[in-house]
Amino acid sequence: MSAPLLAEDSLVASLLAALVLGAAFGFTLERAGLGSARKLIGQFYGRDFAVLKVMFSALLVAMLGVFWLGRFGLLDLRAVYVPPTFVRPQLVGGALFGAGLVVAGLCPGTACVAAATGRVDGLFVLLGLFGGMIGAGLLLDRFAMFYESSAHGAWTLPELLGLPYGGVAAAVVVLALAAFAGAEWIERRVR
Amino acid sequence: MSADRAARAYADPYLAGAGLGLVLLAAFVVVGRGLGASAAFASTAAGAVAAIAPERAAASPLFAHYLGAQGPWLEWLSFELVGVGVGAWISASLAGRLRIAVERPSSLSRRSRLALAFGGGVVMAVGAVLARGCTSGQALTGGALLSVGAWLFLAVAFAAAHALAPLARRLWT
Repeated sequence: MSAPLLAEDSLVASLLAALVLGAAFGFTLERAGLGSARKLIGQFYGRDFAVLKVMFSALLVAMLGVFWLGRFGLLDLRAVYVPPTFVRPQLVGGALFGAGLVVAGLCPGTACVAAATGRVDGLFVLLGLFGGMIGAGLLLDRFAMFYESSAHGAWTLPELLGLPYGGVAAAVVVLALAAFAGAEWIERRVR
Repeated sequence: MSADRAARAYADPYLAGAGLGLVLLAAFVVVGRGLGASAAFASTAAGAVAAIAPERAAASPLFAHYLGAQGPWLEWLSFELVGVGVGAWISASLAGRLRIAVERPSSLSRRSRLALAFGGGVVMAVGAVLARGCTSGQALTGGALLSVGAWLFLAVAFAAAHALAPLARRLWT
């Protein structure tokens, strides 16, 4: 039998899975301390690289898991949804997102963790996100050309670089390990 | 809410990260999609606007996306985000970390911190709309699937945050 396990038409099962997976997601984020804006923001002042460490450890585990499950035929990679690439909107969106993150101190997922654990600032980030979505949604038809520009669909680094999937995954592992070493080194010097 | 019991220290970031990676991998295996957060806000906003001004909602490329067959209220990521809150609450209560508070540096008044939290949320929402996702849906999920756009987003968002951090130093120290 090949994963994904749930068929797309089983709505109730799929939403139940969403609750359970979400709870596990929130649990691990809270365990790591990422519901705390001050801890999270330490990333950008070289004090505490928890964001980088959590994020890249998670990325490595999931990336290697998907790669090996696919290689052994246990996961149908064509059935896994890859978020589409829109080069220019994602460059501008990334810059805005990073700017908002430094001011808010929490990203959308971690703001939810903060709010659920009693942090009022987390709740205000959630309200800002909701307000921003309403505003962006109402104004977006004026920027529809830009929003839909430079669309590439599901586009992966191995396709972009013309390199084998396993080779790119191995390069990401090396990159992440180098980033971990760098983060440990900077943390020791800043403290 | 055990103020008498000391809050336990946070978990090792590499260990917590590996755990998070297994959760993400489980999402790929069980439902064929990754984790996310910003789409929950987008679909809720779509539902709210559609309830008040249906034509206005249908004209928006963002809202229209969530007003399809199942409607905005059965969005997978909204259920997932409710789960995030529940899981976070369980973890914090087990560790004695539940506390009603405004987290802020001493240099910032409570009111300023909340205003900045709201404003930062607005800017992140606009960024997430353009980028088709945030730290979880793009950077983490798309990153693990080696999506080009996800890695662009990850690089630019981290670079922008690091570049602007010195200007925002007063907000955090």
